[in-house]
Amino acid sequence: MHPALQGLITIIIGVGGCLGYFYFSNQILDKVIFPPKKNDAGRNINRANAVRPWLFLLPAIIALGLYLAYPVFSTLWLSLTDRSQDGAFVGLTNYNQMFSEAKFWEAMVNNMLWLIVVPAASTAFGLLSAQLTDRIAWGNIAKSIIFMPMAISFVGAAVIFKLIYDSRPIDQSQIGVLNAVWLQFEGGIGSFLFLKFLPGIIVLSFAGIVSYIGWMTLKPLLPGETSQGGGLMAIARLIAVVIAAYILVRSLLLVVGIMSSTLPYGEPQQWLTLPFWNNFFLMIVLIWIQTGFAMVILSAALRGIPEETVEAAIVDGANPLQVFFGIKVPQITGTIVVVWTTITLVVLKIFDIVFAMTNGQWETQVLANYMFDKLFRANDWGVGSASAIVIMVLVSPILIWNVYNARKEMR
Amino acid sequence: MDGIAGKSSRLTWAVHISTVLLVALWLFPTVGLLVSSFRTADQISTSGWWASMFSSEQRVVIRSADPDDFRVEDNDAFVVSGNLFSEASGKEVMAWGTSSRDIEAYTPGDVVDLGEGESITVDTNGTYSWQGNEEQLSGRGKRIFATVLSPPDFTLENYERVLLSGDRTDGMTKAFFNTLTVTIPATIIPIVIAAFAAYALAWMQFPGRAILIASVVGLLVVPLQLALIPLLQFHNNIGIGKGYLGTWMAHTGFGLPLAVYLLRNYMVGLPRDIIENAKVDGATDFQIFTKIIVPLSFPAMASFAIFQFLWTWNDLLVARVFLIDATGETTVMTNQIVEILGTRGGNWEILATAAFVSIAVPLIVFFTMQRYLVRGLLAGSVK
Repeated sequence: MHPALQGLITIIIGVGGCLGYFYFSNQILDKVIFPPKKNDAGRNINRANAVRPWLFLLPAIIALGLYLAYPVFSTLWLSLTDRSQDGAFVGLTNYNQMFSEAKFWEAMVNNMLWLIVVPAASTAFGLLSAQLTDRIAWGNIAKSIIFMPMAISFVGAAVIFKLIYDSRPIDQSQIGVLNAVWLQFEGGIGSFLFLKFLPGIIVLSFAGIVSYIGWMTLKPLLPGETSQGGGLMAIARLIAVVIAAYILVRSLLLVVGIMSSTLPYGEPQQWLTLPFWNNFFLMIVLIWIQTGFAMVILSAALRGIPEETVEAAIVDGANPLQVFFGIKVPQITGTIVVVWTTITLVVLKIFDIVFAMTNGQWETQVLANYMFDKLFRANDWGVGSASAIVIMVLVSPILIWNVYNARKEMR
Repeated sequence: MDGIAGKSSRLTWAVHISTVLLVALWLFPTVGLLVSSFRTADQISTSGWWASMFSSEQRVVIRSADPDDFRVEDNDAFVVSGNLFSEASGKEVMAWGTSSRDIEAYTPGDVVDLGEGESITVDTNGTYSWQGNEEQLSGRGKRIFATVLSPPDFTLENYERVLLSGDRTDGMTKAFFNTLTVTIPATIIPIVIAAFAAYALAWMQFPGRAILIASVVGLLVVPLQLALIPLLQFHNNIGIGKGYLGTWMAHTGFGLPLAVYLLRNYMVGLPRDIIENAKVDGATDFQIFTKIIVPLSFPAMASFAIFQFLWTWNDLLVARVFLIDATGETTVMTNQIVEILGTRGGNWEILATAAFVSIAVPLIVFFTMQRYLVRGLLAGSVK
């Protein structure tokens, strides 16, 4: 049978089946099981109404349970067993094996790098473009264009950027934009400005933001401050401060590295094979896609800011930068956190871009691709499942936070 | 706001210019792919796509027509004449030469003496004439090295090859229809299931409702990577193996949390009066759902439909795991592009065209339904 026909039949059976199920199960409930007749009419109506929600929910619960909840536990079990021994329980052997693999740690380190850079850059660009486009007449068109990459698949984006990163030998004309631009730099003052000064400033301002956040996190713990929350909160804060300090040190070292490096001017570069830096070239693809998302959400939040607060600041003589960072940004912190976590979730699952562009070669491995590699190329279900569990563990703080917030809202 | 402090025109200009730069930066990559898909392999490999808008300089080696077949007797000498280019190509010769050591030796119009009465001339428009005696004008055609200025030139050849040729490795037609086959049921079915569940979670009172809502929120972020092996095992156990049915079910399962979440949030906001009045008038829950809730929730359903459509259309992982078997008959477009990347990584004309075919449909959907997409995003993430 032709797949398209099969698809059509599936739609009819699927949709018709669902509708039929809902209609007839309700009918049966009302007419057969609990008919509102005779002397227990009232009781039967109540009984039927107690059962009905479950009729409405049943297909969704089955699908969610089978396709999302069950696999979590099943994967956990798989990660503790060995397929080649008929699924015998082997404890933490798979995890030990995974932790001893250099490729896994490479994937972990790269994933952490992605987790820092992509959400930060996407949110920053999103905030910038939201602020810019909200102020001009043709802002909506500009928004549409920046938002457009959201519709493009990761694979399509990978092809787009592979063309940009393309490299030809020196005696041919470059067809990749990046190399064409790169060959314009010859080590003069322009090269210094664009390739050292500008990146240095960007990394420095990032370091500045990190240290500010770190300081704000640390502040309640200092003696003399009234701290809220118990010991658990204090520990969480301390961990966050340590991470912030680590990022700060690394980014300062990065600035030193950028400033002191000697760049191979005049040679076309194979961008995707440069160790460490190639990660950033892959991240650019995701930043390009996610900025539109951040922009749309943040722009809505910016518009929701009460005008009085901004007016008051202007009357008091604040300049545009002060208005933006002192008045607007603090009021949309909640939204920034939501955007940040949403992009973080995307990053944790990032697979297609790496798979299509480098497939983890040249030290660009990430967790999801490592897992795919283990599951379907090495056929090692144990280690593959173990790495899936690692992804799940990394996701779970966000999961708990989301559920906590949702529960708070319902009350 | 700006009006209060007085509008600074310099600032406005700065905003305009930065926005133009930002937009250009964001548009540039996609335009590159689009332009490349209209260029021939030769053009792509000799110059960057940004140069295709202008005339480009190319160096070519062309052999003159074969003297044994085309020489014409003229007085006591022989002449081979013709044009280096096909008719009406619009190309211009900038410089030419007869030896690979000095390919720009002569300017167009020069008559070059090759010794012993043999001579050759090439004009700007590419016509050449090669004279000599019988012995000199024999064997193979004369090699002419030319530096050529080509006008902008675009072609639909790549699209013909990718869409119409039916080529197994380059063709996208089958993959296109396979993707469509995956996408449509995988978009519609979750909406139906989720709508009922969302109604129950929004407007029906029962014990355990809060826990269910919380678990939907939790499942929203569960990475589908965890589901691959258990579900593949499950599909094999119930006998559907790899195929469309399993893919539709997987996409339904993975899309449901977002669908339930979006639709429930929307339905909760519907006016309570309407629903209570309907109840007082004796409508059953089923009637309320079909006659009131569904028509009113259309915008939320459209939002989710777009999300799910984009997500299933652009998906690679689920298709590779649950759909594509060893025969490759059920390949989808994303997978086809990855295959082309592997086998023909350097053939940009095919790659660019294939990629553009696959992103064209989402782009159309995006630009026509952007309003719903934005609304869905706002409902889905801002709490």
